[in-house]
Amino acid sequence: MSDLVNSSLRELSAALAAKKVSAVELATLFLDRIEKLNPALNAFIALDRDKTLTQARGTDAALAAGAGSTLTGIPLAHKDIFCTNGWRTSCGSKMLANFVSPYDAHVVEKLAAAGMVTLGKLNMDEFAMGSSNETSFFGPVKNPWDVSRVPGGSSGGSAAAIAARLTPAATGTDTGGSIRQPAALCGLTGLKPTYGVVSRYGMIAFASSLDQAGPMAKSAEDCALLLNAMAGFDPRDSTSLERSTEDYARDLEKPLAGLRIGLPKEFFSDGMDADVRAAVEVALAEYRTLGATTVEVQLPNSGLSVPAYYVIAPAEASSNLSRFDGVRYGYRAPEYADLTEMYSRSRAQGFGAEVKRRILIGTYVLSHGYYDAYYLQAQKIRRLIAADFAEAFKNCDVIMGPTSPSVAFGFGAKSADPVQMYLSDIYTISTNLAGLPGMSLPCGFGNNNMPVGLQIIGNWFGEAKMLNVAHQYQKATDWHMKFPEQMR
Amino acid sequence: MSLTLEDVTRIALLSRIDLSAAEREATRDQLNGILGFIEQLQAVDTTGIEPMAHAVDVVQRLRPDVVTETDRRADFQAVAPETEAGLYLVPRVVE
Repeated sequence: MSDLVNSSLRELSAALAAKKVSAVELATLFLDRIEKLNPALNAFIALDRDKTLTQARGTDAALAAGAGSTLTGIPLAHKDIFCTNGWRTSCGSKMLANFVSPYDAHVVEKLAAAGMVTLGKLNMDEFAMGSSNETSFFGPVKNPWDVSRVPGGSSGGSAAAIAARLTPAATGTDTGGSIRQPAALCGLTGLKPTYGVVSRYGMIAFASSLDQAGPMAKSAEDCALLLNAMAGFDPRDSTSLERSTEDYARDLEKPLAGLRIGLPKEFFSDGMDADVRAAVEVALAEYRTLGATTVEVQLPNSGLSVPAYYVIAPAEASSNLSRFDGVRYGYRAPEYADLTEMYSRSRAQGFGAEVKRRILIGTYVLSHGYYDAYYLQAQKIRRLIAADFAEAFKNCDVIMGPTSPSVAFGFGAKSADPVQMYLSDIYTISTNLAGLPGMSLPCGFGNNNMPVGLQIIGNWFGEAKMLNVAHQYQKATDWHMKFPEQMR
Repeated sequence: MSLTLEDVTRIALLSRIDLSAAEREATRDQLNGILGFIEQLQAVDTTGIEPMAHAVDVVQRLRPDVVTETDRRADFQAVAPETEAGLYLVPRVVE
C-alpha cells in the first residue's frame, strides 16, 4: 500500500484495474496521511471523509461494472477557488468562509465524471492574490520541504499537498504564475494551458482575461492525463474555445532529437539567484544530451510584464470582486446605517489587506482621467509582449528558463513590501499576458536543499509538445520522484 | 504623480471599502509605492499599437433564446445573508 503514495496516475490506474487496491482503500490511504501530516502544513482547509468515501464507493462500483476510465477511482483535491457542490468554497477569504457552493465548476464536474474522487479543498492566497500563500484567511500553508518557508502561491495548498504526497494530484489556477511558481517552490510539475482551453465556469474570478485552470501533479505524464479530463469547450464560459478534442498525451514518447529550445536573453541576465541558475543550466545540458539544441531568443518587452500585469489584473479584479456586496452570498457586516455602509463595511471586514489594495489600485486605474494613461497603455504594452513571443517562436519550438528567481523564501521575507512580492512572478507573468501555455517541472535543488523549477513556455496550443518535452526529461531524470524525507 | 489622502478617500468610496483614518494613511503610502512601480509604463512609446484586451481573439457567441437553466432559487438563496419570501433583503433605500 505505502508504495502507492509515490505512484504515477497510470500505476494507480493499473493497481485499481488489477484489483490490487480499491478506490475506497486508496482514498482512505490518503485521508489518513492528511489527518497525520496536514496539521503541520495547513494545505487542506475542508475535509469530509463521508462524502469522499461515498464518492469512492461509487467509483468502485463503476470499476466493477467495467465502466471506468483511466482516472476512475484515483483521488485528487481541488484548489478552494473551484465551486464544489456541497463543499465549503472559500477562495481563501473571510468573505466566503461560510459559502457552501450550490453547484460544481466545469472542471470539478469533468474530473468527477472521469471518476476522480475528491479528497477535500485546498488552501490558497485570498482570491488567488499572492505568491506565498500568506494572504489566506485560513493562515499560511507551509512548504513540506522546510516548514519555515512558503510554498509559493497562489495555489500553495495544491503544491504543498502534492509535495507531501497527501494527494496524487490537484487542480490549480494561474493568473500570473499561480500554478507554476508554487510547483517550482515545492518540487512538482504544473501546467497552465493556453487561455481558453479549460473552462472558467464556477472558478471564482480574479482577472478574467488572464485566469486559467490547470493540473498539478508529480509528473508531466500525470498532467497530460489530467488535462485530457479538464479541457474542453463549455458554452457557460464566454471565452471557452471551440476546438476539437485533443489527446494531450499523444506525443509523450516522441524523441527530442532536433528540438529547438529558445533561451530568452532577458531571463538569463541579472535577477536570478546563482543556485537557481546552476540547476537550470544542468537541466539545459541534459536537454542537449537528449538531442535538443538551444538558441538565444529575445523578449525585449518582458521587463514590462510585471508592471503591465499590476495595472490589468487589479483593474479586472476590481470589477470582478464588486459582486461581493453582502447581498446574495458571502459575508455581511453585523452593523450598518444604510445600504452604502452595508456594502463598504461588509467589504472592509470581509476582504484582507492585499485584496483591498488590488481593488483600490484597480478602481484608480479605471477611474475617469486615468483610464488612458494606465489601463489602455498597459493593454498596448500587453500586445507588445505577445508580439515578442510570436517573433521568438519563429526560431524555436519551446522557450525555457527559470520559473522563479529564487527557491522558496521564509515567511515574512517579502510580505512587508507588495512590489517585492510581485517581482517573484517576474518569469511567469508574461505568458499569462500573451495567453500562452506554460509549465514548471522540478530540475534539482538549490540553497538549503530547496527545489528548483524549470519553466517551459509553449507556443499557443502547444500543450502536447510541452508535455512531450517535459516527459522525455523526466524519463532521463528522477527529480520529480523526490519528496521530503519527513513526509514519508 | 502621487495620491493624496483625498484621492484615497475618493477611491475607497468608489470601491465601497470602508477605511479608517489610520488605514487611509497606510493605504496611501502602499498605493503610491505600487503606482511608482507601474509608472515605468508611461515611458514606453505605444504610438499606433492596438490595445490588447484579451489573450485570444474571440467573438461573443450567440445562442438560441431558450430557457436552459432550471429554477434553483431556493438553493441559491440558502447561501444569502438575509432573504424573505424569495427576495434578498437590504436596508431601506427608498423612503
